[in-house]
Amino acid sequence: MRAAVITFPGSNREGDVARALKQAGAAVAHAWHADMALPGGTDLVVLPGGFSYGDYLRTGAIAARAPIMDAVRSHSARGGLVLAICNGFQIACEAGLLPGVLVRNANLRFACKRQHLKVERCDTAFTRAYAPGQVIDVCIAHGEGNYICDAGTLARLENKGLVAFRYCDAEGQVTVAANPNGSLNGIAGIYSESLNVLGMMPHPENLIEHLTGGIDGKGLFDSLLGRSRAA
Amino acid sequence: MKARVTVTLKAGVLDPQGKAIEGALASLRVDGVLSVRQGKVFDIELSGNDQASAHAALTTACEKLLANTVIENYRIDLMA
Repeated sequence: MRAAVITFPGSNREGDVARALKQAGAAVAHAWHADMALPGGTDLVVLPGGFSYGDYLRTGAIAARAPIMDAVRSHSARGGLVLAICNGFQIACEAGLLPGVLVRNANLRFACKRQHLKVERCDTAFTRAYAPGQVIDVCIAHGEGNYICDAGTLARLENKGLVAFRYCDAEGQVTVAANPNGSLNGIAGIYSESLNVLGMMPHPENLIEHLTGGIDGKGLFDSLLGRSRAA
Repeated sequence: MKARVTVTLKAGVLDPQGKAIEGALASLRVDGVLSVRQGKVFDIELSGNDQASAHAALTTACEKLLANTVIENYRIDLMA
């Protein structure tokens, strides 16, 4: 597995996600927003978290028009994997890799805390190391994670099983109280139609060591490296 | 030529910032405010003087960057 982590001006989680990928066994290359091509042999593109271009205009809007993004769109169109975390998710939506948009948290507060997520399906390249319906405990840190889209898109996401993660409580209940930002249907992450692009607001890369709070995020990186849940 | 592009949220899209401004105006005792929706204004200078090509360029600018048409509408006003 060769991963390319793309750094935009204002990205700040590229190092953490690279570390999580290396820990899982991936070969990690770094790419720059102004590059015209991805490193040769890239299997997985990662759009990391941060505050690209200072969130000017709209979150992710300017990064989504960076030169490298044409190569990312081609990679995605060929079925290549794309993992878009936090600001990366915002960039992926603005770039048209995923539908919908992430707007200001409904309560106007920057949410920086631990958060439980329900893993909606465990048959994708991103989640096969998790158990069906598993509740994982990860981190969120965002001011604009409120996922919205039109009614037709929402119905399509739900009917085709394209919701990857939902905000929930420790028992796995998807409730209004457990929703930190007002996202439609508690959506924390979504897949593209062909399941090769995952966008998510939470940070799985924060939870890969017991020393720093837990390992519930490790499953995502293990999944990408082809490891399935032990039978 | 100068132009002004106004980007506003589509009807029905929640605007928590507008709501917060509404609340602040109420706390300042500014009477008679029913609601507030926040938007963006772009004042743009253009090199040419042809109205049609200016409008076409600004439409491209709006569709490609200035507005996210999932949630926003835009209006283009050309000034003499």
